[in-house]
Amino acid sequence: MVRVLTNVPKQAKRGEPFDVKLLISHPMESGQRRDAMGATIPRSIINSFVCTYNGQEVLRADLFPAIAANPFFSFAVVAQESGMLAMTFTDDNGIVQTETVSVAVE
Amino acid sequence: MQRRRFLILSGTGLVVPLAPVRPVHATPADVAALIVELAAGAELRDGRVKLDLPVMVENGNSVGMTVSVDAPVADVQSIDVFAEGNPLPHVLRVRFGPNAGAPRIATRIRLATSQTVIAIAKMADGTCWCDSVDLLVTLAACID
Repeated sequence: MVRVLTNVPKQAKRGEPFDVKLLISHPMESGQRRDAMGATIPRSIINSFVCTYNGQEVLRADLFPAIAANPFFSFAVVAQESGMLAMTFTDDNGIVQTETVSVAVE
Repeated sequence: MQRRRFLILSGTGLVVPLAPVRPVHATPADVAALIVELAAGAELRDGRVKLDLPVMVENGNSVGMTVSVDAPVADVQSIDVFAEGNPLPHVLRVRFGPNAGAPRIATRIRLATSQTVIAIAKMADGTCWCDSVDLLVTLAACID
């Protein structure tokens, strides 16, 4: 489990885009660095990020080692009814974590 | 191994170097090849996609980047970002679903050196649009 900070409005207007921000605490080890002995430090990054709203996709991102450590994302979501925003990410070790936030639409 | 034997073997190429020699950075040609593969025959045109990056970067370890497309979300198939001077040029690929509010994403990226960063937007109708930023990196992202 990694620590995740999300910034999602609790209330949104129907059909009007709102911004979502997300900060994941993850080293995003690129696999390009070497340790003191000269051995390559194995790659360990979050390679996939998927955001859904009520099960319908908002966006799907493939991430590569060029994404900075402690990845930050900001994007726009549009909703027609109240529901659950789910943000799922998968890392190289196969660890899958989902953060959910409920949004009330008026 | 005796010195003479080593010399004979290395002369015949039987002693291989321990680590394969690999270029540190991708080249613009590598990125061009990736883009051609992505475009799949479509002509690459300037416009519609906007890549927001600072021109002067103080710290390559974390550079704020925003990519957006001037089109309805449903018309955008994918956005790709490539960094020509990074060891691995592909930075990001994003696809948008029906609940996306706008074809836009902001994140923070690593840049290994001063270079050109290219964003490609592929539309649902098959056309490809690009934008690029030439930037100067003072402190490179550590790769060593």
